[in-house]
Amino acid sequence: MKKYRFQLVALALIVSIFTLAACGGGTVTTTTAAPTDSGAETTAPADNGDAEGKAIKIGGIGPLTGAAAVYGTAVYNGSKIALEEINALGDLQFELNFQDDEHDGEKAVNAYNTLKDWGMQILNGTVTTTPANSVTPESFADRIFALTPSASSPTVVEGKDNVFQLCFSDDNQGIAAAQYIADKNLGEKIAIIYNNADAYSTGIYEKFASEATAKGLEIVSTTTFTDDTNDFNVQLTEAKNAGADLLFLPIYYQPASLILSQSKAMEYSPKIFGVDGMDGILTLENFDTTLAEGVMLLTPFVADAKDERTKAFVSKYQEQFNEIPNQFAADGYDVMYALYEASKKAGVTAEMTAEEINDKLIEVFTSADFSVDGLTGAAMTWSESGEVSKQPKGMVIEDGAYVGMD
Amino acid sequence: MMKGIKKIKKSTRSNIITYGIVVLFFIIVQFLVMTGRMSSSLRGQLVPIAAYIVMAVSLNLTVGILGELSLGHAGFMSVGAFSGVIVASTLQDQITNAPLRLAVSMLIGGILAAIVGVIVGVPALRLRGDYLAIVTLAFGEIIKNIVNVIYVGFDSNGLQMGLNSAKSIQLEDGGKMVLNGPMGAVGINRISTVTAGFVLIIITLIIVLNLMHSRSGRAIMAVRDNRIAAESVGISVTKYKLMAFVISAALAGFAGALYALNFSTVVAKKFDFNTSILVLVFVVLGGIGNIRGSIIAAAVLTVLPELLRQFNDYRMLIYAIILILIMIATNNEKIKNFINKIGFMLDLKTKNNVNKGGTAK
Repeated sequence: MKKYRFQLVALALIVSIFTLAACGGGTVTTTTAAPTDSGAETTAPADNGDAEGKAIKIGGIGPLTGAAAVYGTAVYNGSKIALEEINALGDLQFELNFQDDEHDGEKAVNAYNTLKDWGMQILNGTVTTTPANSVTPESFADRIFALTPSASSPTVVEGKDNVFQLCFSDDNQGIAAAQYIADKNLGEKIAIIYNNADAYSTGIYEKFASEATAKGLEIVSTTTFTDDTNDFNVQLTEAKNAGADLLFLPIYYQPASLILSQSKAMEYSPKIFGVDGMDGILTLENFDTTLAEGVMLLTPFVADAKDERTKAFVSKYQEQFNEIPNQFAADGYDVMYALYEASKKAGVTAEMTAEEINDKLIEVFTSADFSVDGLTGAAMTWSESGEVSKQPKGMVIEDGAYVGMD
Repeated sequence: MMKGIKKIKKSTRSNIITYGIVVLFFIIVQFLVMTGRMSSSLRGQLVPIAAYIVMAVSLNLTVGILGELSLGHAGFMSVGAFSGVIVASTLQDQITNAPLRLAVSMLIGGILAAIVGVIVGVPALRLRGDYLAIVTLAFGEIIKNIVNVIYVGFDSNGLQMGLNSAKSIQLEDGGKMVLNGPMGAVGINRISTVTAGFVLIIITLIIVLNLMHSRSGRAIMAVRDNRIAAESVGISVTKYKLMAFVISAALAGFAGALYALNFSTVVAKKFDFNTSILVLVFVVLGGIGNIRGSIIAAAVLTVLPELLRQFNDYRMLIYAIILILIMIATNNEKIKNFINKIGFMLDLKTKNNVNKGGTAK
C-alpha cells in the first residue's frame, strides 16, 4: 500500500511539473476568457490569432480574489458586458485581458507586467487605490494610457498626464457631501464615524471635516475604528451623548450595516448620511433592509433607475451573473464606453503602438468638446489633472429601494 | 585538484555551493536582461524575490538555527520598509547618488529593525516555551496599526511627524507627505535594483553562514538542542538567543527597505500576518535549518503564482495543491533517498555524501 502511495505522489509531482513547464515555456496568447469577437459568439478561443491584428488590446487589473474581490469582479463583469456591446457595434474591436491583483501593490505590478508582455495598448485599471498607486507610475513611465474605474484617491492621478479617473475622487466626495448637507439643511450637529485604517475613509473624512467647518456645520463627535471592528457601541454612545442629529458615515457598507443595527438596539436614531461605499447595503446577505430606511447617500449609480440604458444593463447583468450590479459594475461598463468613444474620436486603430494611442487619447480626454454619457453620470468630462467632473446623485432609501432626493 | 576539493571541510563545500547557486543565478539573470530575453513579468519580480530570499534566510536563523517560532517577521520588514522610505525621501537632495542613498536607507532600516528586535526579544526570549511566537504575533499586528496612524511630512524645516490625521502637521508650500497614515507611503522614488538585491543576498549569506559555523553559532545551536545542557557548560542562553533574534530582525529590516524602495507605494497592511506566514512557508518548505532550501523555496514560491496566471480562477487552488505536494514529497523517506541516490550518482568521486540532504543542518 505504502509503495503505491509513493508512486502516486511521484506521478502527481511529475504531472504538475510538466504542466508548469508547458505553461512557463509557452507564449500562448492568454486571453482571459474574454470574448474577443462577440459578433460571432461561438468563435473558438483559438481564433484569437485572427482578431489580434484588428482588436485593440485593453488590459484590466483588479482584485478577483481576496477580501476586495467584490469590487474587482463587478468591474470585470461590467466591462465584459460593455465589451460585447461595443464589439457588436462593429466599428472598433476591443479585446479585454483582466488580471487579478489580490488588492496588493506588488501583485498589481506583476499583473501589469504580465499585461505588458501580452501587448496591452490601453489600461482599464486598477480597480482599487493601493494597487493603482503602484501601477500608475509604471504606466506613466511606459506611456500607456490608463483610465481607472474606481481608484478614487487623488494620488492616483496626481502628476501623471495619462492617468484618468472615472469615479469621483475622495476629496470631491467629501466636499460634495458637506455641501449637500449644508445646502439641504439636513442636520445641525454632526457626528462622524470613520475607519482610520482605510485610505478611502480617511480621505473623505478629512475633506468633509474641513469643508463642513467652512460651511458652518457643527461637528460634535468624531470617532474611529479599524478593519476588524465589530462593536460600535462606544462610537455610537459618544455620538448620542454629544446630541448629534446626523451621523456621517464615510465607510463601506459592511461596517455601516453593523452601525445601523447597533444604533437601533440602543434606540438612537439620527439621520444617516453615507457616501458611495454605502452602495451595496441593500443587497447584503442577512441584512434587515428596514434598518436602512431613511439612510441618505451620495452615489453616481442606482440600479433601479428608470432610464433605458440602465434598465438594459441591469437586466443583462442579472441574466449573466445572477445578481444586481453595484456601482463598480457600472464603473467598469462606463470605462469601456469612455475608451470606445475616445478611441473613435481620436481615430485609434489596433495597429498603433501603445504610445501613439496614449498621445491621441490624452488629447481627446482633455479636449473641451469631449464628453461621455454613461450609467454613472451624464456628460462626463475630464480635466487636465485627470479627475472626472460629473454630478453626484443624492439618494434616500425608502421601502428598500433608492429614491432620488432632488 | 580533485584531491584539493575533497580536502575542504564538508560545511565549507556546502557553503560554496550555496554562494555558487546565487552567483550563477545572478549571472544568468543579468545575461537574460542584457540580451532582452526576459519577459517584463519576470523582470519586475526580481527585486521582490531578492527581498523574500533575505526574509526567508533571516527567519530561518530564528526558526531553524535558534529553534524559536516567530510569527511576526513581516513586522520587522515593515519597520525597515517605512524607515527606509522616510530616509530615502529625506536624503533625496543631499545624496544624489541613488545606490548610495539606497545603501544608507537600507542600513538605517536595518538598524531600526534591530532596535525593535531588542525591545521585543529581551522580555520574550528570557521565557521558556512558545512565548516568542505569541509576542511576535502581537508585535506584527501592533506595528501595522501604529504605522496606520503615523503621518510624516517633509519640507524645508525638516521632518515633521504627527498622529491620527494629516491635519496634525502643517507643511510649508513645496512640502511633501512621506507617510500618509493608512494610505501608506505614496510616490516613492524607486531606487532598488537587482544588483542591490544580489549584494544584499550575498551579505546575508555571509552573515548567517559564518554565524552558523562560528563559536557563537555553535552556542546558539546548543541552546536549541538542549537548553539545560547548554546552561550547565556556561553558555548564556538569553544572550545567544537575543543575538540570533536581533540579527534576524536586522536582516529583515534590510529586506524591507529594499522591498519598499522597489515600488511606488507601500502600505502597512502589506506587512500583516499573512506575509509573516508566507515567509514561514518558504522556510518550512525549504527545510527548517536549511539555508539553501530557503533560498530556492523563496524564489520558486514567489514566481509560481505568476506562472499560474493562465489558470485564472483555479490559480490559487493549484498553488495550494503544489504546496501540499511539496510538503508530502519532502517528508517522504523514499523520495529523499531517491534524490540522494541521484546526488550520489552525480558525485562519483566522493563516497561519503549519501546524506547530502541534511548537510546544511
